[in-house]
Amino acid sequence: MNTISVSFMLNGEPVVAEAPETWTLLKVLREYFELTGAKEGCGVGECGACTVIVDGEAVNACLYPFPEVEGKTVLTVEGLAGRESLHPLQTAFLEHNGVQCGFCTSGMIMSAKALLDKVKKPSEEEIRKAIAGNICRCTGYVQIVESIKAAAEALDD
Amino acid sequence: MIDYEYKKPKSLDEVFTLMKAYGSASRVIAGGTDLMVTMRRARKSPGVLISLRGLEDLKYIRKDDAYHVGALATHRMLECSSLVRDELTALQEGAAKVGSVQIRNVATVGGNICNAAPSADTAGPLLALDAIVVLRGPEGERHIPLAEFFKGPGKTVRQRDEVLIELEIPLEMGGYGSSYWKHSRREAMNLPLVGIAAALHLTAEGLIDDARIALTVAAPTPVRALKAEEFLKGKTPERDVLVEAGKIASSPECCSPRDSLRCDAWYREEIIRVYVARMLALAVERAGNGGSST
Repeated sequence: MNTISVSFMLNGEPVVAEAPETWTLLKVLREYFELTGAKEGCGVGECGACTVIVDGEAVNACLYPFPEVEGKTVLTVEGLAGRESLHPLQTAFLEHNGVQCGFCTSGMIMSAKALLDKVKKPSEEEIRKAIAGNICRCTGYVQIVESIKAAAEALDD
Repeated sequence: MIDYEYKKPKSLDEVFTLMKAYGSASRVIAGGTDLMVTMRRARKSPGVLISLRGLEDLKYIRKDDAYHVGALATHRMLECSSLVRDELTALQEGAAKVGSVQIRNVATVGGNICNAAPSADTAGPLLALDAIVVLRGPEGERHIPLAEFFKGPGKTVRQRDEVLIELEIPLEMGGYGSSYWKHSRREAMNLPLVGIAAALHLTAEGLIDDARIALTVAAPTPVRALKAEEFLKGKTPERDVLVEAGKIASSPECCSPRDSLRCDAWYREEIIRVYVARMLALAVERAGNGGSST
């Protein structure tokens, strides 16, 4: 198994990761960078718990071959908050009970972030479509949608 | 542990050189949303993965003497393209129904076609829109009608040393009205139980002068319902006519759905019968508006 060296932007910082070329982006994030916000739920692109943003688009990190991240810009949930304050999406999820067990939360927030970066005031349908690839097994979808709506309003102010 | 070498060629020539060097020990990977899963489930992999993702110049949707969709165009690009939505509506609808945003952002149309799943969501629309597959190999290019491309589940006429580089859709298809219905249990992250695509063109007098119907999960490969298409030609697009076309399309003359874990053959036949008529009606409506979806 070859170990390769890959350079990319991670949460605003230039980084170099050295890991086996068979690893996925998710494994590199969790095991090389110890960023455990993105989770492995299903490992096959069904559940969305591993969602991160690559070059502005939400992707399943569990299906993303590590070598492909060369030169790309990656944002994980750890890159959202400022030093002193949470991101409006994180605040909204707290205030609107968008978090139950929390396993899906990072992925939900990253899917929502990718949406809100493109659509300032999404309709409920647009929100639901944007998180259709994120499964919440506590089934707290209503609160999650409300959280994203609230965040959209907060960001728009 | 799954082990492989991951190659990132920068040009098609490099791809051909690698394919020749590694032969049957290699596999081409594009978006990887199927292949990464297959490798993980099967716990085995080809010795070498040859990634096409560096070939950025195969990532396009454009219109000139024909509509050209590069092999690396993602489902998301098709979904969000106003050109595709307005002029090749069924293809927009098919692409938008695949997986989730995360999947559509990376999964490519070339991959959807080369995987040749009987359920491929872009296959129905592309068949109905008369797409031509452009394959390139070390010997040159081949243009093959999509209707002749599929050979069985997971099997196509693509040779080991060839790469699908583009899907070409004849310019006149822009004047057709088209539609796609994905029949599935839920909205996202689901394969179709049946997929139905229709495209048709009306004369100035409002008669059907050409019709295409494509069915997925209705046979070992995506298929055209040729007998039903024949029946429609020259007729007025009235309800009775479209209903009759649905009956023909769902008969053994046009398809051979099977019982599977996901649903029974009789149910698939019923859905084909009902939804072929509905998709034709929608295509008629859109054709009447000069092919646009609005």
